[in-house]
Amino acid sequence: METYYNPDDLKKFGNLADFQKNLGDKFFAYYGEVFKDDALTAREKSLIALAVAHAVQCPYCIDAYSSDAFEKGWSEAQMMEAVHVACAIRGGASLVHGVQMMNKVKEIAM
Amino acid sequence: MKSLLAEHSRLAIASEQIDILEHGQSPGYRLIPFQQQLEASGLYPLHPTTLEVFQVNVGKMCNQVCKHCHVDAGPDRKEIMSQETMQLCLEALKNNPSLKTVDITGGAPEMNPHFRWFVEAIKKLDRHIIVRCNLTIILANSKYNHLPEFYKQHQVEVVSSLPFYTQDRTDRQRGNGVFEDSIKALQMLNGVGYGLEETGLTLNLVYNPAGAFLPPSQLALEKEYKTALSNQYGIAFNNLFAITNLPISRFLDYLLQSGNYEKYMEKLLMAYNPVAAANVMCRNTISVGWDGYLYDCDFNQMLDLKLSGSCRHIAQFNTEKLQNREIIVGQHCYGCTAGAGSSCGGAVA
Repeated sequence: METYYNPDDLKKFGNLADFQKNLGDKFFAYYGEVFKDDALTAREKSLIALAVAHAVQCPYCIDAYSSDAFEKGWSEAQMMEAVHVACAIRGGASLVHGVQMMNKVKEIAM
Repeated sequence: MKSLLAEHSRLAIASEQIDILEHGQSPGYRLIPFQQQLEASGLYPLHPTTLEVFQVNVGKMCNQVCKHCHVDAGPDRKEIMSQETMQLCLEALKNNPSLKTVDITGGAPEMNPHFRWFVEAIKKLDRHIIVRCNLTIILANSKYNHLPEFYKQHQVEVVSSLPFYTQDRTDRQRGNGVFEDSIKALQMLNGVGYGLEETGLTLNLVYNPAGAFLPPSQLALEKEYKTALSNQYGIAFNNLFAITNLPISRFLDYLLQSGNYEKYMEKLLMAYNPVAAANVMCRNTISVGWDGYLYDCDFNQMLDLKLSGSCRHIAQFNTEKLQNREIIVGQHCYGCTAGAGSSCGGAVA
């Protein structure tokens, strides 16, 4: 069955520079630099990437960073907690708008 | 858990493993031959550089049955090196001073009844000795409790597997209770000075992935191991070797049973590193099997890929011939050339 998302397409990520080399090369150089050990370790960045992947719901990123985070030694429980952080922020982001709703209702209600 | 041999698995037969490695299991499977990769890197045929390491597998008997073991070792394996074969090893060492390091492996090498005699005899030849100790053997029986003192007495370099610094990952791979015993054994080794600065007693640990993935950066992982083991258990060690699991024997069985085989092989291929290929350990090592046959490495040994020609057995040991041999390669070799490379001493690139 054809789908919009194909796991094999993850391997083609690097080919994105084919259509626009200059920007593609710059992006991948930047991407590589971002994930190097620095003030945060590559290991810590991997867990952040996993959480963000869930927040943006990118199946490619979830595939890549589930493997990467586990390979870098994070346990299943730690990885799931990172996903819950993403979930809490996403859920909280919706819920916090409830304040706007409350403000509006209070404005118009008798 | 039993060995594949005891379970009468077809993977206990080396030729069956090679068949899977070469042809896979699904009809459309095709992986670029390793030989072709080496050719593209200008390394085929692969020849030794300088023979320096004499690796002796003194037997397949082990107190553990690890899920990733490429030897298919365990308590039910009875193949161990005889004292006569060890004597032939000593003669080969005596006649070849360029073999500076003797790397003793198994199974659990300490379970060979001639192990201590062998170590003492090698020491008299003034060679550097490495023993691949699985740690739990030290606590397995009171007769092994004094191994740390024995190692110290003979200035043996101890290299020990500790797949991870957490109990969960270690026990998953090596069996329940292994982590706890490994920690106790490490504390005993530290107790006689192993792994501590200025003692000259080297204790190196080995990481290998608990699953179908490649090791992360050896350097970064070493830092994490040192911090975690020191903070939680007061343990010190020298270096960490990050080793890739080769698709052989029990790890191959795991890959096939979990449906990861083809993806793992592809991962190894994608990570092929010509620099690692140029530095593979088989270029400076010769491997001796429990029955005295010679191999390019411990992995070729388990795949029964014996050296060809007139120098096939320790009784025929001839450095010149070994130096000029062509190293036997196969699809499993992708495991040693992926990423930063992998050897008995960890990363090579």
